[in-house]
Amino acid sequence: MGGSLNANHLLFLGQGALWTIGLSMIALIGGGVVGFLIALARVSPSKAVRLLSGAYVQLVQGTPLLVIMFLGYFGLSALGFAITPLWAAGASLTIYVGAYFGEIWRGCIQAVPRPQWEAAEGLALSRTQRMLKVILPQAMRIATPPTVGFMVQIIKNTSLASVVGFVELARSGQIINNSLFEPFLIYAIIALIYFALCFPISLLSRRLERRMGVGRAKLMPA
Amino acid sequence: MGLHLDFSVVLERWPLFLDGAAMTLKLAFIAILTGGAIGTFCAIGRGSSNRFIAGLCAAYVETIRNTPLLVQIFLVYFGLASIGFKFSAFSVAAAALAINVGAYTAEIMRAGFEAIPPSQIEAAEGLALSRVQIYWHVILLPAIEKVYPSLTSQFVLLMLASSVTSQISAEELTAVANYVQSDTYRAFETYILVALAYIALSLVLRAAFWALGQVLFPRRRRLGTPL
Amino acid sequence: MSQERPQEHLIVERPIVVLDKVHKSFGALKVLDGVSFTVERGEVLVLIGRSGSGKSTALRCIDRFEKIDSGEIRVCEHRVDAVDIDLRALRQDVGIVFQSYNLFPHLTIEQNITLAPVSVKRMRKAEARELAKAMLARVGLSEKLDAYPEQLSGGQQQRAAIARSLAMQPKVMLFDEVTSALDPELTGEVLKVIEQLAADGMTMVMVTHEMGFARGIADQVVFMHAGRVHEAGSASILSAPATPELAQFVGTGL
Repeated sequence: MGGSLNANHLLFLGQGALWTIGLSMIALIGGGVVGFLIALARVSPSKAVRLLSGAYVQLVQGTPLLVIMFLGYFGLSALGFAITPLWAAGASLTIYVGAYFGEIWRGCIQAVPRPQWEAAEGLALSRTQRMLKVILPQAMRIATPPTVGFMVQIIKNTSLASVVGFVELARSGQIINNSLFEPFLIYAIIALIYFALCFPISLLSRRLERRMGVGRAKLMPA
Repeated sequence: MGLHLDFSVVLERWPLFLDGAAMTLKLAFIAILTGGAIGTFCAIGRGSSNRFIAGLCAAYVETIRNTPLLVQIFLVYFGLASIGFKFSAFSVAAAALAINVGAYTAEIMRAGFEAIPPSQIEAAEGLALSRVQIYWHVILLPAIEKVYPSLTSQFVLLMLASSVTSQISAEELTAVANYVQSDTYRAFETYILVALAYIALSLVLRAAFWALGQVLFPRRRRLGTPL
Repeated sequence: MSQERPQEHLIVERPIVVLDKVHKSFGALKVLDGVSFTVERGEVLVLIGRSGSGKSTALRCIDRFEKIDSGEIRVCEHRVDAVDIDLRALRQDVGIVFQSYNLFPHLTIEQNITLAPVSVKRMRKAEARELAKAMLARVGLSEKLDAYPEQLSGGQQQRAAIARSLAMQPKVMLFDEVTSALDPELTGEVLKVIEQLAADGMTMVMVTHEMGFARGIADQVVFMHAGRVHEAGSASILSAPATPELAQFVGTGL
């Protein structure tokens, strides 16, 4: 036992929490861009593009995020990049989140009723115009609740960045615990902070879902 | 700076990987069975007219779904040990995974129960079946059938998430990988192989659930359509 | 054409179903406002009336799918309005068939029929199977033992639902608009089964819109209006209504 929990420790945890939020934003933006491209590729008229993007989704969704983290960390350095934990974690989460967003958003694009596609075609709009002006605005509305819901998964998943040495909330808890050895207290505090970050977003997602009138249970990677 | 991959030293250790994969499947199997039961009871409990039970189930589901599995595992493993309850890494891993997947199963099963028309329950009541008999014969199987694809995906995700238990040295696939890469200095190759192994395990699990579905839902086997 | 039934019970028996001044409201809406009627053993009572007149609610109260606010309901030896009623005992004596059949879609017809006898009456499986065969023969569906409900037409499903209820050997059967969800060409086969049951001496209470059928089968007709028994009597009241409401109902309902 090395001393007791003090203000410095809490400050350190606060810093960790900020990094958790920062890394979540990186994953949200990076994964959002990748996911958007994947979603478009999944409904592309080209069969090769559809297959390729489908394979990407299958491969990523068949691999644990933890293994993707290690692959990102050791892979990028094997490729000769000078690798920092932030880079490795950011890249891995982007790859991972991109696959899930891609799948979620593909579903939303395809959930836009068929007559809308046909009507847009009937107006002689180009494919890009159809997508941008008719389909995507409607798909975005459908996509809002599950996207917000998945943000909870992103925040929780950033905890795995601790395995490549990125000091976010979970890792900062481990570090403090190594000096204090009060695991019950410290991990309970960590869990509480995660809960405080995630629960409001869960509530928001549920409210959006109810407003849209879709009451389906959704899949969430643990 | 060319990338040079050498899988041979890693592949040499294939029996270790096999043991790890077996352990991963064992963890997943226990967690799915236990967590499936926890989740089902919890879904029933959330609909209970007893507000204490309903509240307890809701609190469990929300707590688990809004905190990371890694932290849950640390809390159970190191936390319990620090107050005098020492369990093996394997039992803690299995328990934590079961508790975790139980919360997700509860949400899915709740949707399944809600999809059963009240008229079905009324018909069963009219036949003098007891509450337990109604759940068992009339509600449970059709509810599971309605959400079977979601359950399958959730259970595959659970199998993948079991990799997190390597952080408390449960000797499953990812823990084996961590050991092999430090032994061979072939980290990238090791994790590529392990990623492929997980993809294979996902496919195996999906196939197993498909086969189980064929046994559980004879009506669908004969008529093809979901309820 | 009213059916003649032999007077088979010489001793005076207690009625099977008694409703006495039954009141029931859904919130501010009064659905039953002092409803009383009595069904003797072997009798067929037909409840008619416009939708919202309370006839289905009255029927559902008999099996306690609705709780009443005041009054008394007795079914065989059960006090249905009692707080501590044994619902499962009541429902072993009362069979109910619904408008939407409500067969269990994941079970075969045989499993639908044997479920309650095996689970509730602890009947042996083989015995229950024989019972299912007998009940299906009674409704003319012997060849559908192993079919799933969705493989049957609406009329066949409704007959199977009747067989399922009969398998519990109830003392009284309730029919809640059992032909309303059926195409006109399928109602006949279901009505024929019910007619046969009546001829076999089954005590029945039914809500129906089939006036011709009611005229032929009913020992008693109860016309409900605004939550009350507005007019009641033998089937002849359908031909010679005493109240303008029944006259209008029969006139338009035919």
